[in-house]
Amino acid sequence: MTEVSHDLAGGRVGSFRGTDAAAASRGWARKIYDLLTRSPIGTIGAAILLTWTILAVFAPWIAPYSPTKIDPALIADPYPSAQHWLGVDHLGRDILSRLIWGARTVLTVAPTAVLGAVILGTFLGLLAGYRGGIVDAVIMRIGDTLLAFPKIILYLIIIAKFGASAFNIIAVITLSSAPIIARIVRGVTLDIKNRDYVAAARMRGESAFFIMFVEILPNARGPLIVDFFLRLGYTTIAIGVLGFLGVGLPPPDPDWGGMVKEAYGMIFVWPHMTIIPSLAISSLVIGANFLATGLREASLDG
Amino acid sequence: MLRYSAKQLLNMALTLFAVSFLVFALNELSPGDVTRKILGPYASQSQVDHLTREMGLDRPALVRYFEYMGKALTGNFGNSIYYRQPVSELMWDRLGNTLLLAAISFAVIVPISVLLGVLAGMRERGWFDRAVSIFSSICASIPEFAMGVFLLAIFVVWLGVLPGTSPLRGDAGWAIWMQFVLPVLVVTFYDAGYLIAMVRSSMVEVMRQPYIRTALLKGNSFRNVVAKHALRNALITPFTVILLQLNYLVSGLVVVETLFAYPGFGRLMLEAALAKDIAVLEAGTLVAVSVTMLTQLFGDLGYMALDPRIRV
Repeated sequence: MTEVSHDLAGGRVGSFRGTDAAAASRGWARKIYDLLTRSPIGTIGAAILLTWTILAVFAPWIAPYSPTKIDPALIADPYPSAQHWLGVDHLGRDILSRLIWGARTVLTVAPTAVLGAVILGTFLGLLAGYRGGIVDAVIMRIGDTLLAFPKIILYLIIIAKFGASAFNIIAVITLSSAPIIARIVRGVTLDIKNRDYVAAARMRGESAFFIMFVEILPNARGPLIVDFFLRLGYTTIAIGVLGFLGVGLPPPDPDWGGMVKEAYGMIFVWPHMTIIPSLAISSLVIGANFLATGLREASLDG
Repeated sequence: MLRYSAKQLLNMALTLFAVSFLVFALNELSPGDVTRKILGPYASQSQVDHLTREMGLDRPALVRYFEYMGKALTGNFGNSIYYRQPVSELMWDRLGNTLLLAAISFAVIVPISVLLGVLAGMRERGWFDRAVSIFSSICASIPEFAMGVFLLAIFVVWLGVLPGTSPLRGDAGWAIWMQFVLPVLVVTFYDAGYLIAMVRSSMVEVMRQPYIRTALLKGNSFRNVVAKHALRNALITPFTVILLQLNYLVSGLVVVETLFAYPGFGRLMLEAALAKDIAVLEAGTLVAVSVTMLTQLFGDLGYMALDPRIRV
C-alpha cells in the first residue's frame, strides 16, 4: 500500500518535471551524463552501440583477416580456434572479420536510411502542421497511402522492380518511415504553432521557414531522438531480414542477414555459422532499443 | 457510427484505388517484360511482338488498368507467369495457410501480452515491471530469423524434439501440430515483445490517474482496484494495437515461412518478387492492403464501442 502511493506520487512529480522549462533548457551533454548515471539500461545500450561503432570505423585495422578471402582448406575444421576466434564459414572465410566488416555495412546503411526518413518526415510534418488546410490534407493522404502498404510488401515490390542495392534499401526505408515521423512532427507543430512566442516571431516578420525550423522544430527534438534510436533498431532488423530473404545487399560483401541465409542450410552440421551472426545482429538491435528506453526514461524524469 | 463506417469504407476504396494504380504504374516502367519472360530469351522479336498483341499489351496503359481492375473486382487476377496457374487459386490457398498460422499465433500472443503487460504495469518500476520490460525489449529486439536460428539450434539440432521444417504434409515424419510449434514460438517472441510493452505503458498511464489513487485511499484492496477500475481502461488503447497485429501476421510472416518452409502467403510474395512475377505481386498487394484497412476500420469501431468518450 505504501509502495503504491509512493509510486503514484513519484509518477506525478515526474510528469510535472517533464514539462518544466528549466529542465528542458539543460544541455545535452548534461543529459547524457544524467543518463549514464541514472539509467543502467541506457548505459548498456550506449556501450553496445559504441562497441560496434568502434569496430565498424576501425574495421581495416581491427579485423584479423580479409572478410572475403576464401580458404577451402579451413573447412575441414571450421570451429572456433586460436587462429580464428569465431571459426570460419562454409567457404573458409573468417567469421569474426566478416562480422566486423558487416558492422560497417549495417552501421552505414541503417543510420543513413533513418536520417533520410527523419529529414524528409520532419520537413513534411512541419509543413503539414504549420500550413494546415490543403497542404496538410495532401501530405497526410499520401503518407496514409504509403503506410497502407505492409512494409515488407513495399520492399518486395521495389526490389522486384529495381533490384537489390544499398541505395534501394535506403530509399525504401526512407519512404516507409517518413510518414510516421511526419505524424510525430505534425502533432508537435499543431500543439506549438499557436503559442505566443510563435505569434511573436510572426509579428517580427520572420519567414515561415525560420518559424518552422527555429521556433517550432526544437520542441520535437526529444521525441525525435528517442524515435531515431528505436527506428535504428527496426531498420537494422529490416536490413537483416532483407539479407536473410536473399533480397538484401548483393554478395560477396559481408552482410549479417546474408551470412545467416548462406549458412542456414548447414545449421545441422555447423551451427556456429548461423548462430554467431544471429547473435551479432540481435546485440546491435538490443543496444539501440536499450538506449532508446534509457533516453525516454531520462526525458520523463526531466 | 454508420456514417463513420460508410465514410471510412469510401476512404478505403480510394486508398485501394491509389495503391492499385501505383503498383500498376510501377509495372509499366518496363513494358514488354512480361511477354519476353513467358517466351524466354531465345524467342524472336516477332514472336514477342505477336504475343504482346495477342495479350493486348500494346494497348494504352490506362485502358489495361481499368480492364485489370474490372476483372480483379470479380476475383480474377490473371495468371501467374512463374507458377503458370491462375493467381486467385494460388493465392487463396496460401492465404488460408497463413491465416491458420496467424490465428494460432494470435491466440497465444494476446493472452500472454495482456497478462504480462498488466502485471508489469500495475506496479510501475517494481522488480516485476523491470524484469518484464527488459524481457519484452529483448524479445522485440531479436529479429525473427535470429530467434528462429536460436530455437532451431536448441530444439531441433541439440534436443531433436521438434521438426525443423513445417511443410504441412503428414509424410515428413512429424505430426502436423508439431510442425506449428516452432513457427508459432518465433512469432510469439517477436510480436509479444512489442505488445507487452504497449499494454504495460497503457497500464502505467492508467495507474497514475487520480481516480485510481482515490479508489485506493478509500480503502479498496489493490487487487480489487486493478481488476475493477484499472483493467478496462488500460485495455482500450492497446486494443487497436492488438488488432493491428493482424496486419503483421498476414504479410510479416514471410520470414517465419521462409525459415520453416511453410507454404504461406508471405513466401508466395517473396517468390513472386524474386521471379518478378508481377501478376502475383499486384494481387497480393491488393489483398494485403485490404486486410490492413479492414483491421483499421474494425479497430476504430471497436475503440468507439469500448470508450464512450470517443465520438465521431
